Amino acid sequence: MASSIDDLKSAIKKALPELDMVIAWAAGPDPLSHTPLFITDEADVERIEWDPRCSQNLAGYLPGLRGKKVGIVVKGCDARSLVELLQEKLIDREDVTIFGLHCTGAVDARPVRKALGSTRGLESVAVDGGTARFTVAGEAKTLPLAEALQKKCFTCTGADAEVCDHFIGEHGQPPQVTETPTTTLEELEAMSMEERLHFWEDQMTRCIRCYACRSACPLCVCQDHCAAQSREPHWVDQTDHPREKLMFQAIHALHTAGRCTECGECERACPMGLPIMTLKQALNRSIQDLFDYRAGTDPDQAPPLFEFREEEKNIKEREW
Amino acid sequence: MLTARYIANDKLMPWLLSLTETRQVLAPVQAGGQTLFAPLDENSRLDLKGLADASAKAALLPRCETLFEFHYSKGEGVPSKTELEVRETLPDQDTFLFGARPCDAKGFTVFDRVYDAGTRRDIYYCTRRDKTLVAALACTEPADTCFCNRVGGGPGDTDGADMLFTPVDGGYVIESVTEKGEAFLAEQPLMEAEERKEEARKVREAVSEAMPGGDPLGGTEGEVLRLFDDKEFWGGVAAKCLSCGACSYLCPTCYCFNMTDEVNGDDGVRVRTWDNCMSFQFTLEGSGHNPRDGKAQRMRNRIGHKFSYYPELHDGNLACVGCGRCIVHCPVSMDVRAIVAQARDRALAKEEHAND
Repeated sequence: MASSIDDLKSAIKKALPELDMVIAWAAGPDPLSHTPLFITDEADVERIEWDPRCSQNLAGYLPGLRGKKVGIVVKGCDARSLVELLQEKLIDREDVTIFGLHCTGAVDARPVRKALGSTRGLESVAVDGGTARFTVAGEAKTLPLAEALQKKCFTCTGADAEVCDHFIGEHGQPPQVTETPTTTLEELEAMSMEERLHFWEDQMTRCIRCYACRSACPLCVCQDHCAAQSREPHWVDQTDHPREKLMFQAIHALHTAGRCTECGECERACPMGLPIMTLKQALNRSIQDLFDYRAGTDPDQAPPLFEFREEEKNIKEREW
Repeated sequence: MLTARYIANDKLMPWLLSLTETRQVLAPVQAGGQTLFAPLDENSRLDLKGLADASAKAALLPRCETLFEFHYSKGEGVPSKTELEVRETLPDQDTFLFGARPCDAKGFTVFDRVYDAGTRRDIYYCTRRDKTLVAALACTEPADTCFCNRVGGGPGDTDGADMLFTPVDGGYVIESVTEKGEAFLAEQPLMEAEERKEEARKVREAVSEAMPGGDPLGGTEGEVLRLFDDKEFWGGVAAKCLSCGACSYLCPTCYCFNMTDEVNGDDGVRVRTWDNCMSFQFTLEGSGHNPRDGKAQRMRNRIGHKFSYYPELHDGNLACVGCGRCIVHCPVSMDVRAIVAQARDRALAKEEHAND
């Protein structure tokens, strides 16, 4: 990625005079976490970072900046969110300048922080040859990808930003993982319905109702008018009961059914580490079975639940 | 400190479990890849490395607390009349909070000034506070995001705690801080450790020296307040903020709450739940007007409350204890230290400009 970063910086410098801002990543307050950078001044371009610590999907900022000319840096998964936002007409293609990149995988800061022990003096992070490599205070350390990457990276359907105005660097494949960790969805499928409910009740006990999952979701556009906090209608109550919290997750999952591109922001943002993307993955499978549709692939298509057909190809209602 | 006792590493868990016979023991335990304060039992995996992912504040200020229960019934004799029965639900559980870090314990002093303020005593909080023994655990591995030393604390501080555990070779030296802590320790079958107090002090001193550096963040009340109308500053600071509540809910000092009646048929509860100023609904008025309708105003309130309004009301004490959880767990890695430092620099630059 090191060679890409200079190309990225020069492409942004070139485009910046025509734009109100460019959103990229910069070094964060913790050596493992990079942070969004809103660039309005050319001097800030030098602060841009690009390596597997650039986790956040920046596309979520775009609907809130509508009307402005915005440049944005995206990985493969982030670009799929952009496609979805375009389909839903939440952003205007002519106002967005997309700098697309090839992603080698995004590290999951939480387990990596624990695995490395101390991140003091962490200088670099890279993914290559099926391994995550870290330099901590001059010392080289490695972790297998199964321990270092975010779960979404193991189901990545394309590491390159497919829709973009400027593609920076070389095209490539998703991370090559020899040992793929078992997904929560697979674990759940092996359980009875009762066990599944117990699993979620157990998980939801830890939920603190901060709604970072919702706020980080690039497709959650109700935001300030969310059913989670509405008293009228009173969809969920404010008690600490796991079923109330699961009810919110069910609402969130249904709101994003057929729209969710599995960018993983809900799960990454959750301070309690709850495997909530699993709910969306399960619905995505149903959407694929029923409508033969995968979100985030074609800007000219419409999500299946946005359209009404008298008879769906795979739902033979009249034959029931 | 009055009494010093010693407990060996291998005796710690059995001793904590023995305490569960008479009270609830809350301790940092591993759960689903996280380390959180939870009631201890024989299956718990105690985790005393570093800072727990969430603070210990729920021990005194639960995420959701029933203030009272109520029941509606048809009036006897007069069917058109509804009668309301209200039942008190005061906390009654004795608790031993083990492994709270000095920052977590200091967070309770922030609550004390609000919930136990002379004649304005919150009976729920105060009852819990009285029934809880806070056993703080001195830090030995400060993270990059730790900054207690910049907000008036330290990795071996005892503010808000009843006793302090310091890791030493082979175990822990336990020193009492309050009379409550002293009385508790006097009853425990633990070894005397007067001769190891010095060893514990040296451990704490070494950690203090290893803390990440930086200017103090206190004493900026005036600077933060001077930027109240500076829309450009707060807009810039808040641009990347998602306006979720993760920072507030993980914070050991954030104490704002909401109260709602949750009714099911004829029965209901009035609950007090954590609220947070990053939420749109926090200041949403009944009329529909919201004086803080943008994330910039909400961020201004969060920083202002911690570093300006609270210290102005409470003798310069900040409403931030430097645990850094808001930094580590922020989905966009916002850094409260940087925001306060930027606010101070900007206010001072403006002042200089005005004087030119």
